[in-house]
Amino acid sequence: MLAPGCPWPILTSMEHEPSYDLATGRGLMACPKCDALHIEEELELGETARCTRCGTVMAKPRDGAFVQLIALSFTSMVLLVGAVFFPFLEVSAMGFGNASSLFDVALAFADGVLLPLVIAVLAMIIGLPITRAFLLVYVLAPLAQGRKPHRHAARAFRWSEVMRPWSMAEIFVIGTAVALVKVAGLASVHLGPAFWAFCALIFVNIASRAFMCQTSIWDAIEDAGQTVEFHGKPRRAKA
Amino acid sequence: MSAPSESNAPVMTAHRAGLIGCHSCGRVWTQDHDQCLRCGAHLMPPDRRSLQKVWAWWFAGLIMYIPANLFPMMSTQTFAGLAGSSESTIIEGVFELIHHGSYDIAIIVFVASIIVPMGKFVAIGWLAIVAGRPATVDQAHTRLKIYEVVEFIGRWSMIDVFVVAILSALVQLGFMASVHPGPAAASFALSVAFTMLSAQSFDARLIWRGLPLRSKSE
Ligand SMILES: [Zn+2]
Repeated sequence: MLAPGCPWPILTSMEHEPSYDLATGRGLMACPKCDALHIEEELELGETARCTRCGTVMAKPRDGAFVQLIALSFTSMVLLVGAVFFPFLEVSAMGFGNASSLFDVALAFADGVLLPLVIAVLAMIIGLPITRAFLLVYVLAPLAQGRKPHRHAARAFRWSEVMRPWSMAEIFVIGTAVALVKVAGLASVHLGPAFWAFCALIFVNIASRAFMCQTSIWDAIEDAGQTVEFHGKPRRAKA
Repeated sequence: MSAPSESNAPVMTAHRAGLIGCHSCGRVWTQDHDQCLRCGAHLMPPDRRSLQKVWAWWFAGLIMYIPANLFPMMSTQTFAGLAGSSESTIIEGVFELIHHGSYDIAIIVFVASIIVPMGKFVAIGWLAIVAGRPATVDQAHTRLKIYEVVEFIGRWSMIDVFVVAILSALVQLGFMASVHPGPAAASFALSVAFTMLSAQSFDARLIWRGLPLRSKSE
């Protein structure tokens, strides 16, 4: 058997057996960025474990993280619903005064040639963030109460991670600012509550990232006895 | 970072141990698995063959990037013709902003729509070429840093697409007579999406292949 080469212990894992098995991979974790093997070991809350080789954060369990993440997910759901239905921009030019929500705008485009652009934009700023919030609550709510995870919890969490780079609320806020500068001087444009909801969403996302420890969530799903049901059925990877 | 006592010890990799680490959740499996049984992700060995996907998305992004720069992002027409009607490509949009005197916004758009996409093509292409070639530990750290910057910053190129979307929405608010997103808006959005996919399909573990198995500190 290969010498284990002193893999460095890390990780939260509910099981207390200090053992690992180089033949099956049990009790080991590989750094996704550099492939270095580490032995899973329970971490203190508040500790951050980094890969010994490349320094990538591998686990950072935080006290009450699941409950915080659930609360933050609900907050972003509320903000996103507000962002859809409250006025986003109010324009007054040439005697016109007009306030419009994203919902109004979307309806106005519903049969135009711009529909694909509108759908793509709405997916990135509303659809994906709200789906992620739902998925996270679905995965974490049972875990926070120490119950068995719901069906497909593992898949739900993986999809929520896949969606992460594609939800772009913060980029949308900057885009809005640039657009306003472009029309400045031609009309007075006021930012409505929906714009501020997007700004608040940025801070919710930052807070959520501070509490997010994927490794703890994966371990919790696994330790709660969720077995992935696609065993023995090889499937293609996501795109 | 809690430094372990054995920080100078050689590092064992999953690949060296004959195992496969899941790129999505980190769980380690034997090589006869092709799907992670914990999270369901497809298991891939750190192999240069995975670079094919990187290059495929890279070229798709590059092809989309050409019309994105040649065609207008949008054409606008104001009611009173105050700004007249205008058609502008990405770079003309930047010059317009400079002309209006909004230098800070011009810099944001210039960086997000021109510097970042071009830098991304160069960075991903270079990483894919040198991936799997032996390097020093320091070089590997630099490459990983570059990769992380590319992954972090790539999404920000979408700013210009959102600008076009919002300006089009202003039509609905009765402000401008017409705004037509140009063909460049769609191809630019696709170019950004494809390069994001290219960066995501790059396997950072390849950066470390062929390195002497030493750990980070000294
Ligand atoms: Zn996995």
